[in-house]
Amino acid sequence: MPRQKITIEGNEAAAYVAYQCSDNAAIYPITPSSGMGEWADQWSAEGKPNIWGTVPHVIEMQSEGGAAGAVHGALQTGALATTFTASQGLLLMIPNMYKIAGELTAAVFHVSARAIATHALSIFGDHSDVMAARSTGFAFLAAGSVQEVMDLATVSHAATLKARVPFVHFFDGFRTSHEVLKIEALTQDDLRAMIDNDLVLAHRARAMNPENPVVRGTAQNPDVFFQAREAVNPYYDACPGIVQEMMDRFGKLVGRQYHLFDYVGHPEADRVIIAMGSGAEAVHETVDHLNAGGEKVGLVKVRLYRPFDSERFITALPKSARVVTVLDRTKEPGATGEPLYQDVVTAMMEHHASGGNGFAKLPRVIGGRYGLSSKEFNAAMVKGVFDEMTKDAPKNHFVVGINDDVTNNSIDYAPGFTSEDDDTVRAVFFGLGSDGTVGANKNSIKIIGEETDNYAQGYFVYDSKKAGSVTVSHLRFGKKPIRSSYLIHKASFVACHQAALIEQIDVLDLADPGAIFLLNTHAAADSAFDTLPREVQQQIIDKGIKLYVIDAYKVAGELGLGARINTIMQTCFFAISGVLPRDEAIEKIKAAIQKTYGKKGEAVVKSNFAAVDKALENLHEAAVGGSVTSQRCRAAHVSQDAPEFVRNVTAEMIAGRGDGLPVSSMPADGTFPTGTTKWEKRNIGLDIPVWDPGTCIQCNKCALVCPHAAIRASAFEPASLENAPATFKSIDARGGEYKGLKFTIQVAPEDCTGCSLCVEACPAKNKKEVRLKAINMAPQAPVRDTERENYAFFLDIPELDRTAHKIGSVKGSQFALPLFEYSGACVGCGETPYVKLVSQLFGDRAIIGNATGCSSIYGGNLPTTPWTTNADGRGPTWSNSLFEDNAEFGLGFRLSLDKQNEYARELLEKLSAEIGPDLVRPLLECKPTDEAGIRTQRQFVAQLKERLPKIGAPDAANLMSVADSLLKRSVWIMGGDGWAYDIGYGGLDHVLASGRNVNVLVLDTEVYSNTGGQMSKATPLGAVAKFAAAGKAVQKKDLGMMAVAYGHVYVAQIAMGSSDNQCVKAFVEAESYDGPSLIIAYSHCIAHGINMRKGLSHQKAAVDSGHWPLYRFDPRRTLAGENPMQLDSKPPKLPLRTYMESENRFAMLLKSQPQRAEALVRQAQQAATARYQEYARLAAADGNEQKKDTGAGRQTVGTGA
Amino acid sequence: MMDLSTEYLGMKLKNPLVAGPSPITRDLDNIRALEDAGVGAVVLNSLFEEEIAHGHGAHDHFLDHSTESHAESTSYAPALDYTPVGTEPYLEHLRAVKQAVGIPVFASLNGCTRGGWVEFASELEQAGADGLELNVYQVATDPEVSPADVENNYAEILSAVSKAVRIPVAMKLAPYFSSLPHMAKRLEECGAAGFVLFNRFYQPDIDIDTLEAVPNLSLSAPHEVRLPLRWIAILDPVVKASLAASTAVYTWAEVVKLLMVGADVTQLCATLLRNGAPVVPKLLEGLTAWMEEHEYESVTQLQGCMNHRTTSDPGAFERANYLRALQSYA
Repeated sequence: MPRQKITIEGNEAAAYVAYQCSDNAAIYPITPSSGMGEWADQWSAEGKPNIWGTVPHVIEMQSEGGAAGAVHGALQTGALATTFTASQGLLLMIPNMYKIAGELTAAVFHVSARAIATHALSIFGDHSDVMAARSTGFAFLAAGSVQEVMDLATVSHAATLKARVPFVHFFDGFRTSHEVLKIEALTQDDLRAMIDNDLVLAHRARAMNPENPVVRGTAQNPDVFFQAREAVNPYYDACPGIVQEMMDRFGKLVGRQYHLFDYVGHPEADRVIIAMGSGAEAVHETVDHLNAGGEKVGLVKVRLYRPFDSERFITALPKSARVVTVLDRTKEPGATGEPLYQDVVTAMMEHHASGGNGFAKLPRVIGGRYGLSSKEFNAAMVKGVFDEMTKDAPKNHFVVGINDDVTNNSIDYAPGFTSEDDDTVRAVFFGLGSDGTVGANKNSIKIIGEETDNYAQGYFVYDSKKAGSVTVSHLRFGKKPIRSSYLIHKASFVACHQAALIEQIDVLDLADPGAIFLLNTHAAADSAFDTLPREVQQQIIDKGIKLYVIDAYKVAGELGLGARINTIMQTCFFAISGVLPRDEAIEKIKAAIQKTYGKKGEAVVKSNFAAVDKALENLHEAAVGGSVTSQRCRAAHVSQDAPEFVRNVTAEMIAGRGDGLPVSSMPADGTFPTGTTKWEKRNIGLDIPVWDPGTCIQCNKCALVCPHAAIRASAFEPASLENAPATFKSIDARGGEYKGLKFTIQVAPEDCTGCSLCVEACPAKNKKEVRLKAINMAPQAPVRDTERENYAFFLDIPELDRTAHKIGSVKGSQFALPLFEYSGACVGCGETPYVKLVSQLFGDRAIIGNATGCSSIYGGNLPTTPWTTNADGRGPTWSNSLFEDNAEFGLGFRLSLDKQNEYARELLEKLSAEIGPDLVRPLLECKPTDEAGIRTQRQFVAQLKERLPKIGAPDAANLMSVADSLLKRSVWIMGGDGWAYDIGYGGLDHVLASGRNVNVLVLDTEVYSNTGGQMSKATPLGAVAKFAAAGKAVQKKDLGMMAVAYGHVYVAQIAMGSSDNQCVKAFVEAESYDGPSLIIAYSHCIAHGINMRKGLSHQKAAVDSGHWPLYRFDPRRTLAGENPMQLDSKPPKLPLRTYMESENRFAMLLKSQPQRAEALVRQAQQAATARYQEYARLAAADGNEQKKDTGAGRQTVGTGA
Repeated sequence: MMDLSTEYLGMKLKNPLVAGPSPITRDLDNIRALEDAGVGAVVLNSLFEEEIAHGHGAHDHFLDHSTESHAESTSYAPALDYTPVGTEPYLEHLRAVKQAVGIPVFASLNGCTRGGWVEFASELEQAGADGLELNVYQVATDPEVSPADVENNYAEILSAVSKAVRIPVAMKLAPYFSSLPHMAKRLEECGAAGFVLFNRFYQPDIDIDTLEAVPNLSLSAPHEVRLPLRWIAILDPVVKASLAASTAVYTWAEVVKLLMVGADVTQLCATLLRNGAPVVPKLLEGLTAWMEEHEYESVTQLQGCMNHRTTSDPGAFERANYLRALQSYA
């Protein structure tokens, strides 16, 4: 079978080989490796056989530790087992990796290398993770491109069987894992030719087998452990040779010859770079370019990093080398150099010391760091490195690609330098995630890569917001192979699929002179130029850019395609870019449409065909004036009123110029100011809510459900209305507590995402026209300026005195200032209303530990973060440790606070005389239970802080340092179901069992949302998810009842969209409980395949159908002789099927596998009915019986302050 | 031996009782029971245009929804090579019914635009449907849409479907045309092999507490049979196409009346929903007994004996009836 040319991403290439060469895979999703497991699972679900003709099994585990354990077990019992991971995931596998290697087990782990979380989490690529695992005894083989991924994955699987040393096959996260590249695919026959079946049989023969029992994994004493450890040496000695043998076999078979160390460049190079991974491709391209210009430079690509074969390395290095620079894509603080540097230095010194005489003079070796967290590493930087090597005293341990103005380690480079081939077409597309730009570009790459002789490459950059996220696609096409493993800096074609982006991003910065600029705009061809900001007009004139325009939304609207302008814009690209002859391009687009949409029906195909034709009709070259005509400049990214850090640092990140920020601008310990989202006005809501005071019943439900705190309620003194803008609306406040006050609902026009949840939640209807509510959506643009002014005025109105009204109600809670605002969460997010509510009720004294996941991304992903402060400067203090440890992390807060509180109390007693018993006594006795008590306690502590400096005793300073611990604190542990049900469950269970006063909020979307829809143990029976493609066959874990079983844990299951009253009550009760509390909050999610506008209705249906019963279990009631279990939802009144049919996560199974789906629906209905009956039974029992059922009251509660 | 046979859409049926489209005919076992009970033919439950469009659209939306928007979650659903079932269950049902029963089986399509569902008609033909019932349920709400536009829409849809298939197509009509005979003639020219009278427009209710409109499905009441009774009487002499009565056929007496005014068949819906298949033999027994008592030999003999042309009192079907009715009330 001939080899096909295909365009795929690195993850798919690795997964293909791993799948073909394995029996089993055990995985756990983690970015950027998730795609590998997903591909394998997909092929397994489709019944695709491996090279032995059998279908491999893929299992998703509860953590990477679990995946490694399962792989270890599978290996021990004879399977060819694999896994895919990255970053923290690889770290969690390390214990098993030592075991697997120690037992000389053939295995391959495929790793898309990613940064390890240190001062911050980063999902992007570098070698921190693989370097952290380098001592495990695994071999490490590095691939630098998508083609190399497929090739070297194959070499890894072949070599490990012979070497009996397990392999980590790694490649750069995102840059290679997500880059789409045209490659030659290996066939099953190729793989069969590479895998020696005798070695497979030998592997199986070593399996644990009761027919031939062995003991492995013994415990050894000092007498023999050391010797046994040394017994593996021959295997490691032989390993490099075996790898080379397999590379040679591969070379003969396929024609691509690899070596452990591949040298490229001038045979008598005086300067040589040592590098591995995708960075080596950029170096390779630059080396070729520089040598063509007469220089003598070279590159050693390190393929096999462990075992490091010094001899072969020295052989590969040209003996003409005068200066050698080792580039590491990792940082090892405190080391004498980064790992690869150290290996090279050691190899060269050992060579020299042992009398090796290859070099005329031992070359100077310097080390440098580059590319951490996918930091750009391009030809200009490579040139900078080579230039540095020409200096008499080049910097050692330098950094390149950033400006280190603190320790001055960075080297200079000329950003304009390029080594790219002139004939390569370079196209950059700016779009939104929601408009299909990336999908269209992936399609274009496939067309060009697979239908023509051209090489093709695509790389996609997404911003970190989930709502209104901007995407930038970088596409290269050309007749020569593409090694440019970096972003496009000089584009011959720039497309902007959203006219609004022109106002925010300097899209033409990347445009080459004479480039083509395609703009999707409502403006006509003869006036489009005039609508552009001055800067853009100037760039068009200066660079001689050709402007083309199309009104793609108008065309899409006419064709019933809604907001999906992908086909239209793709057609325009082909029509004017010249990458293919126009007619040929159109023909191929239509063929691709037929292939992509054929199964969706003729109507879909036809509408897309029509989109192609209409696009051509509506595409026009626009007139470009000879001078700037616009009166308008781009607006500043943040207000001049913003704090200095936001203006100088945050604004640069918002503008997409973060790469230019120097080291000195960064906090050294990862500590950032809070409340920065307020400065980033994104204006992504095309429609925003408008308040109708005449219809409003002042329930505040709109504000409660707002995911972005962009609609707010206030009750305030009439005097505050002085100087109100003319259009500011207010009415007399309703309700006894608010008598004499004014009431306002105000929208933040530039922060609202237009999700409409507020309108859906509004219960009031206009008496004359019932389609209208008290909140109605209207276009944002006409009211933006007036509402901006109104909102600014609104924010200056003092918050209603928290002690003067009942905060713990739906209405009251919304008069409290949200201290979580304008996050980057999805439009209509189901999680953030709960998070925001916590901030309103307890935010001014909250300490929050947040598990990695959606909530840590919208809660803590730069450039701006949503946690903020009140007028007193108080607010939640927030941190994310890891994914797996969040409960323990939060418990640590409590342990520390309790200890500090105890110490402070001891010091108060000790210093009572000096401080004054008048203050010490109330401080010791103060146990606030309400807002008034909290205020009083704060006053006592303030007085204490005033008195302490006047006391000379050393303990006064100690007391001062812990005085704040005397204040009532609210410890919150937040995260999603992936954390609480799966990876963090062990810790969560332990923390709940501890009895300490912590509050756990589980934002249950019933799926791994952040990493893209993988099944968790919260995924319901019958739901389709990744790794549950045929619908999950078992029920979701009843986390709540597991906690109830302890008896001393406050547990509530809530769904704001069903009962906001129960929801608020649960938060207040949980927080007031002096012991552990667990709130499980139903969170509708974009991963459910629903219309997010209707998210609250889905919540209601979940409850009404019995899928999600509402309850509260309060151990305090037991002490009062009452049943602690209160069932808050009525018996199911909606068939579960009705709920399931309304969400695509269930419905897609009903459509694709109706019989299986029907069976699962029946099972789910039975389970839901039984669950409700069981809850009802618990709730019906009297207090004494309840103790027997649940164990309530058996344990003491609460040791916290 | 009484000859109950009739001809409908060019096919000979053993009797004029046809199980109309309803949830009953969605189930194969029900259809078997209906055949056993004696119905002459069966019309499957309706496949709605929205189901066809939504089947594709929802799946398409699901696959594309929020994909490629975030670096960590470029998709949210497994990328399996799903073929959305869409209309396949209906086709499968049709195939199964055709295999299971010997009586003619008609498929029913319900829609109001010329969407992809028109093309779907040929798939129904290939799956074995003996005929199609086309239910154009169009509620005209736009003042810019003229009566002619509405009529043209009916005609165009019918023409498109008729061209797509060789099997007979019956048009299910609403009673609200200004000139039903004119419309029927026009549709006959467009290929209608039969008419089903009538489509009942389910009228929504409103909830005075929630201030929302609520769907309200009520089965036809016995007196509603008079509407098709009149119009079948009027159309029978006007068109050559078959006529089916589809509203409020509860007892054998309605069957007799409808046959007399010209119906070729009577469709049973509400009574099957209420009483199930056992009602069929009772109706047949009643019909047979009445015919025997009145010495009719065949249904054919009975059919059309009291239509607008053959009745002794044509005015009863015209304006005169209105006057008489008002006067008789006093």
